Amino acid sequence: MLTHPPEHRPPVLTDRPRRPAVDADQDRLISGGRYRRMALTGILAVSAVALVPLLLVTLMSYRQYRTAFESDFSHPMLRFASAAQQSLGSFLSERLSALGMIMRETPLEDLRSSEKLQRVLATIDQSFGGIVDLGVIDENGIQVAYAGPFALEGRNYAEHRFFQEARTRGVSVSDVFMGYRNLPHIVLAVHKDLGGHRELVLRATVDTDVFHFLVRARTLRRPEQTAFCRRCHALVVPPFSDAFIINTDGVLQTPSRYYGDILGHALLPPLPPTRDPAVTEVVDARGQPLVAAYAQIEGSPFTLVVLSPRDATHAGIQSVRQDVLLFLGLSCVAILTVVITGTTLVVRRVHQADLRRAALYHKMEYTNKLAAIGRLGAGVAHEINNPLSIIMQKAGLLKDLLTMTDDLPPREKMVDLVDSVLRSAERCGGITHRLLGFARHMDVHHETIDLDGLLKEVLGFLEKEASYRNIEIAFAYPETPPSIVSDRGQLQQVFLNIINNAFAAVDDGGHIEIGIARDGADEVTVSITDNGVGIPEAQLAHIFDPFFTTKKGAGTGLGLSITYGIVQKLGGRIGVESAVGKGTRFTVTLPLAPPTTGGDA
Amino acid sequence: MTGPRVLIVDDEAELVSALEERLNLRGFRASGVTTGADALARVAGGDYDVVLLDVKMPGLGGLQVIHRIKTEHPQVQVVLLTGHGSAQDAAEGMRLGAFDYLMKPVKITDLVRILRAAAGQDRPEETPP
Repeated sequence: MLTHPPEHRPPVLTDRPRRPAVDADQDRLISGGRYRRMALTGILAVSAVALVPLLLVTLMSYRQYRTAFESDFSHPMLRFASAAQQSLGSFLSERLSALGMIMRETPLEDLRSSEKLQRVLATIDQSFGGIVDLGVIDENGIQVAYAGPFALEGRNYAEHRFFQEARTRGVSVSDVFMGYRNLPHIVLAVHKDLGGHRELVLRATVDTDVFHFLVRARTLRRPEQTAFCRRCHALVVPPFSDAFIINTDGVLQTPSRYYGDILGHALLPPLPPTRDPAVTEVVDARGQPLVAAYAQIEGSPFTLVVLSPRDATHAGIQSVRQDVLLFLGLSCVAILTVVITGTTLVVRRVHQADLRRAALYHKMEYTNKLAAIGRLGAGVAHEINNPLSIIMQKAGLLKDLLTMTDDLPPREKMVDLVDSVLRSAERCGGITHRLLGFARHMDVHHETIDLDGLLKEVLGFLEKEASYRNIEIAFAYPETPPSIVSDRGQLQQVFLNIINNAFAAVDDGGHIEIGIARDGADEVTVSITDNGVGIPEAQLAHIFDPFFTTKKGAGTGLGLSITYGIVQKLGGRIGVESAVGKGTRFTVTLPLAPPTTGGDA
Repeated sequence: MTGPRVLIVDDEAELVSALEERLNLRGFRASGVTTGADALARVAGGDYDVVLLDVKMPGLGGLQVIHRIKTEHPQVQVVLLTGHGSAQDAAEGMRLGAFDYLMKPVKITDLVRILRAAAGQDRPEETPP
């Protein structure tokens, strides 16, 4: 009879979260796969943290270095292009403005006279130089006056491009062409409208040698460039580089080291138009990768081009890249070696520690079981003493009858005495067997278990104590409770621990009720309810913690924590409710069949 | 000759009967009961010199019985039978006025000696070894 029906007590605590110290999944925890995954995760994480910043920093510095290197390399080329652009531009514009001035200042008659023109040529050659001849052409394209070394007076230039351009635009600078003299030259022309459909065009010829000299002179006049570039292994000046002028069609206006003589074709792709000098990377028609600095010369069809093989630039970068790769490779190898070795070592240590812990836990479970049985010692000793006493006294009586009386005792009397001795000896044997059966099975071994039988087996040890202390034990369950598949030894320990606690909690004359009930389709719940002292709510939260004990000095504090661990290992749950002064109820819910092993649920 | 009257109290009936016979063979007038309640009734009704009392019994325990005997019939001597490891019970019994105590399993010679002493007849009689 329960003095406090469980439904009237507030449920203080039912299922509990996993306890760290009593790990029910020991076996699964120490399987190898888990540690391999742990090691792999560790190695990946640490490597990523170490290598990603290294790679980023290396890549960034390499790119920065390359940019700096390339600008170091292209800067002199650009400077050269810019200077050449200026000097060629001013060369042309100076002469064009001189021609314009002649056109304005010289009387018309003088312009039409070859003799007078000869004098003008002498003057202009003295002031500016670079002009080979002068000619004056009328509106019909006929050269009416000529001063110079060739016999070109009276030639017709009506179809020449410079003539048409000068008439439409006022001034003209021609491409290099062979012309009547059959020598490469450039024509500068200015136009003057005389009114009444009469026009004049004054043309001057610039020798391309002079032009060429201007480009070449530029390259040779800068020794500091040569020195600079020798230092950086990339030469703008000979022997690796080239400087020349092309027209809008890419025809060479000066000889080129790479592409041959004047009027040949520079095998370059079209360069993007630009006012200011620019640098670009190109691949010429021969497949040669090049760095090109170029500048368009204003007021002319000319573009100045400076070329240098890209290899020259890249040789330096290549060597830097090699250094960087070597550094990166060595760093990666060093980092990975340390990370892999370190992580493997740490994980191995963890594995070993877990194995040791598991072994220790196993041993602790066993010790707890022995301790639980030891606590029953007094009862067991008493239980053994009773049949032993009977044996002694019955055997003693037989001897008394044989020695102290004259007649032999009746046969039936002797048989009775011997039977009594045998019965008592069997009782002793039963007790020792039960005790031994309890201490065995430490390894998990599943079998079909009759819960009623198992609970009575456990209570067998406590029956005497119950009767001496007048503790009433009630079995509140159907005659044939469900049987389950589980581990007998472990369940014995679970119930022995809980029932031992119940015995400790109740006073003499107390009441303990044991219930078994099906819980859903695949579980069964065993409840052990006592009407003992109860557990304060503050302690209730800790009773499954290892080393927590209320029996000061009497308990190890491991009993319930181990019980908790075992129940979890068997795939079950343990819960407790208690009220101080009223009693405690433990419930152990177990699966009808053990959970399938290997499930990582 | 009239030997000491002994009441044997133990929950094991077989033990009681064997002790009864053995003590009677040694000149005692022994009889036995198997519960504390019966023992109290017999002590109240009969004229016993010594009660041989088991401490651990279901129902009325040995300590309760000795308490009652010593209160109601202080002239009756009580000898306790205790199990191993029950020194506390023995001490408590002595405090309640027991004459002596014996550990189970008990030797007949020790039992006879103590019972005679308790009955105040401790001179040796003709007993087998």
